[in-house]
Amino acid sequence: MNLLGFFSRPQSAPAARERLQVLLAHERASVGDRDLVSKLRDEILRVIAKHVKIDQDKVNVKMERGAKVSTLAVDIEIPFDAGKKAA
Amino acid sequence: MGKVIVVTSGKGGVGKTTSAAALGAALAQNGEKVAVVDFDVGLRNLDLVMGAERRVVYDIVNVIQGEAKLTQALIRDKRVETLYLLPASQTRDKDNLTPEGVEKVIVALKKAFDWVICDSPAGIERGATLAMRHADVAIVVTNPEVSSVRDSDRIIGLLDSKTLKAEKGERMEKHLLLTRYDPARADRGDMLKVEDVLEILSIPLLGIIPESMDVLRASNIGSPVTLADTNSSPARAYFDAVRRLKGDALPVTVPGEKRGFFGKFFGRKAA
Repeated sequence: MNLLGFFSRPQSAPAARERLQVLLAHERASVGDRDLVSKLRDEILRVIAKHVKIDQDKVNVKMERGAKVSTLAVDIEIPFDAGKKAA
Repeated sequence: MGKVIVVTSGKGGVGKTTSAAALGAALAQNGEKVAVVDFDVGLRNLDLVMGAERRVVYDIVNVIQGEAKLTQALIRDKRVETLYLLPASQTRDKDNLTPEGVEKVIVALKKAFDWVICDSPAGIERGATLAMRHADVAIVVTNPEVSSVRDSDRIIGLLDSKTLKAEKGERMEKHLLLTRYDPARADRGDMLKVEDVLEILSIPLLGIIPESMDVLRASNIGSPVTLADTNSSPARAYFDAVRRLKGDALPVTVPGEKRGFFGKFFGRKAA
């Protein structure tokens, strides 16, 4: 690394440290091999599937694991006639 | 009764085998009777790092299957007479490593040696869990790098749940061995610092092994780094780690950190 690089490039170690702390907080909290957010995702989808026939291609799940708060967004397209097909 | 140590990490390539060989040799150089055991069935390398690859006749699987006696399979080091190696099998399937077989081997080794050092394979599968199963003490080898730290955290979880000690409700003694550390890069903020890794993993520090050409040179010639050049900085770091392992309250120093201003800017190790 040259001197120019030394002065211009931002430090990367703090980012590594922060990313690890968030990730490991989640991994340690997970029960068995599943964490809470993944379990919620699966159960929510199962509940909806009970009432509506879900097309797997029309399901969009987004998870964001943060240090203090995680978010789970489940976006499902429910067709107008979906209720009739439900078991 | 000897002490059983597992050298583990989860991630591959962080220096488990190098460290198992160096720590084993360092203990033996201090007069202790040491057996280093390779658990990496199918991908054995401890024999190569210790320079015994041409003398392997029997291996741990032969012993487990009753095809050879333990004393026949153990290879005595040519340089240090209290240092022995039990190689892994290169050709046999990993499934030949049975829990009962491993237990028998470890129990027998504990009776004959002061230290039994188990070199774990990478991963969290059978070989790795069997290597840690009978350990009294675990050495978690970690590089100051995100994937290595994450995998070490996972391994620490397994050490606290999947070992005999854990199952008996006892506390597994765990130590961190930070390898391939480059103080100059950590100073520049481009490498996780010792304190960062310690804070994240929160297990006591056994030693810091600096990134060094001496490690590669030693493996090239088939010699544990503590034997290849007893005065090299990694060798000294391993000797210190061994003293701490034996209960010495020796403070941990960052190797090569005494470099001054000039050294920081024009260090020998280019990033």
